Amino acid sequence: MTPAITAEGMTIRFGSFTAVQDVSFQVGKGELFGFLGPNGSGKTTIIKALCGLLTPTEGTGTILGMDIRKQAAEIRRHVGYMSQKFGLYEDLTVAENLTFYAGVYGIKGTQAEQRTKELLALTGMEPYLRRRVGALSGGWKQRLSLCCAIIHSPQVVFLDEPTAGIDPVARRSLWDLFFQLSGQGVTFFVTTHYMDEAERCGRVGYIYLSKLAAIGTVAELQQLPAANPKGTVRVQIEAPDASVELTRLRSMRGVREATIFGRSIHALVEQHDLEAIRQQLSGASVEPVVPSLEDVFVTLTYEIMKER
Amino acid sequence: MKDLFYGLWPICRKEFTHIRRDPTTLFFTLAVPLMQLFLLGLAVDTNVRQIATAILDESHTPQSRQFVDKLAASDSFHIVAHVDSADKLDSAIRAGKARVGVRIPYDYARRLQEGNTASVLVLMDGSDSSVAGQATNASTGVAMQLSLTQLLGNSPMPVEVRPSVLYNPSTRSANFFIPGLIAVLLQMMVILMVALSLVRERERGTLEQLTMTPVAPLGLMVGKMIPYGVMAFAELCVILAVMRVVFLVPVHGNVLTLLVLSVPFLLTVLGLGLIISTKAQTQAEAFQLAMATILPSVFLSGYIFLIENMPPFFAVLSKLVPTTYYIRILRGVVLRGAGLQDLLLDAMILLVMGCAATGIAAWLFVRQQQHA
Ligand SMILES: Nc1ncnc2c1ncn2[C@@H]1O[C@H](COP(=O)(O)OP(=O)(O)OP(=O)(O)O)[C@@H](O)[C@H]1O
Ligand SMILES: [Mg+2]
Repeated sequence: MTPAITAEGMTIRFGSFTAVQDVSFQVGKGELFGFLGPNGSGKTTIIKALCGLLTPTEGTGTILGMDIRKQAAEIRRHVGYMSQKFGLYEDLTVAENLTFYAGVYGIKGTQAEQRTKELLALTGMEPYLRRRVGALSGGWKQRLSLCCAIIHSPQVVFLDEPTAGIDPVARRSLWDLFFQLSGQGVTFFVTTHYMDEAERCGRVGYIYLSKLAAIGTVAELQQLPAANPKGTVRVQIEAPDASVELTRLRSMRGVREATIFGRSIHALVEQHDLEAIRQQLSGASVEPVVPSLEDVFVTLTYEIMKER
Repeated sequence: MKDLFYGLWPICRKEFTHIRRDPTTLFFTLAVPLMQLFLLGLAVDTNVRQIATAILDESHTPQSRQFVDKLAASDSFHIVAHVDSADKLDSAIRAGKARVGVRIPYDYARRLQEGNTASVLVLMDGSDSSVAGQATNASTGVAMQLSLTQLLGNSPMPVEVRPSVLYNPSTRSANFFIPGLIAVLLQMMVILMVALSLVRERERGTLEQLTMTPVAPLGLMVGKMIPYGVMAFAELCVILAVMRVVFLVPVHGNVLTLLVLSVPFLLTVLGLGLIISTKAQTQAEAFQLAMATILPSVFLSGYIFLIENMPPFFAVLSKLVPTTYYIRILRGVVLRGAGLQDLLLDAMILLVMGCAATGIAAWLFVRQQQHA
């Protein structure tokens, strides 16, 4: 089976600045792929290149077997894209935006009507049909963006930070939509800064300083050697006053990272200092723990910075 | 072919919706050129009244005296001096005592009696070099000609009025000035409308979403051109009506011909607007660039300075300015009554320029997308 999305040795430069460096990966059909990375790490740039909007300086990629260098126009007909910046017309109504995007994708007449109905039912946008988009709340705007991005029933959908700046309830309902569509075989490529969202994805890629630092399922990433450096253990510390303990902990020998995680502390400590630390934290429970996705990314980031 | 313009109609429809949705902007877009036409047009008002006039009556006959009496009785002229020589007539004008001199030749009565056409020479001060001043002078002449013809219309006297401008024989009339003004106003309006519409999309981020759809660059460009072209065309009709009704500029040619020949010009300025929109990141930038196109179209198009009088370098440059050709078309139809065949070359040049501008805009747009 051909993968839905591939990137092969993709490098993208703007003048002398390298925004994406030698990135290769594959996303299978029907997968929900999460893409993470700090601001300016190159996520949007990669998406644009994959949609054929930007020609990579080196390397190439395919979407559903179509070459991004040669079949850009064809790709756009089969791909849905929701830009990071809200991209719909605020002075038009919900219905007008939908009609416009249906037209732009060449969907006409009863076919357009039917598809619109389907999407309205899916997202519950029906009551807002006559409302101007500018008057919608953030969550509804994003839902409408999604509708417009998938109005042509694309097999591959790129969503660039679809949940940035919207409330948790709207966020959850958007993700429910993604899962529902993904269940129908649509491939999703979603960028996000939220760890909880990343953890919901089938597979996750992490890009840091223009390079793909890690890729895999959440479980795979948690087992990554780079995330669990040799001679260290990751522990969860339950203490009555976590924030006070955190400052103390950070000053102790052999503590590489420590951060508050809920009501406890997650720390990466040297194996041979573990006992000493345990003693100093008398009374608190110190248990080995699997790293959270956030732990993985933070450790990865430190490791990469150390290598430089 | 269809793929080349993919997305044209949805874009076009959407653009009309934007226009309808914002009546305030629509109103100002349509009203501003009209206001400018009134302001600048009134500066060269043809309805002149009580012009200081000096008379040189060389004929000294009852007929010539009758002519002077009629002149004095009309609202247009106010006789400030009677002089007895051509030199004095000149100096009255030079000294600014009179703006107009009327010279009735010695054979005036005789020619009338013989049944020949009698000539009256009208001298005008052309020394005022400001455009408004020149135009006022010229329109004075026009008004004078009109009123004299009216004045003498019912009489059996066949009198020919020969206006002649002193000191600056190439001065223009309001009839000459207003068609040029129309070209400049129309150009400004069109370039701004279309450039702002695209730049607004860039600013708001809707363009990024749009470029990820199968819309073809030319589909986007032409889809934007049609609604604003239609608006500009409607505006042109109103402006022409105002020119005719308010400023009393007679149209010697066929208005339909003029409207048809205006289409290539609209195409060109729409294309220019689109080129500007690919260069401007913000609406303010687009505004400045649009303003920059006004300079050459005012100074190099023959609107103010006659192309025949330009240094060769600028005369060549003027051939690159689309407004040059449209002013030629406007003046040709309005002043000379030129027909389709006479102006076909100008229209063809504009058509080529328009297609080229549109193509270049689409090409720049694609190139820019690749780097953004
Ligand atoms: N057209 C461009 N010209 C020059 N530099 C660019 C261009 N587009 C992006 N960049 C740079 O490339 C880098 C990667 O940008 P990109 O938008 O891909 O980051 P991102 O991962 O999407 O960040 P964010 O999380 O903020 O959306 C940034 O440093 C950005 O400034
Ligand atoms: Mg981004």
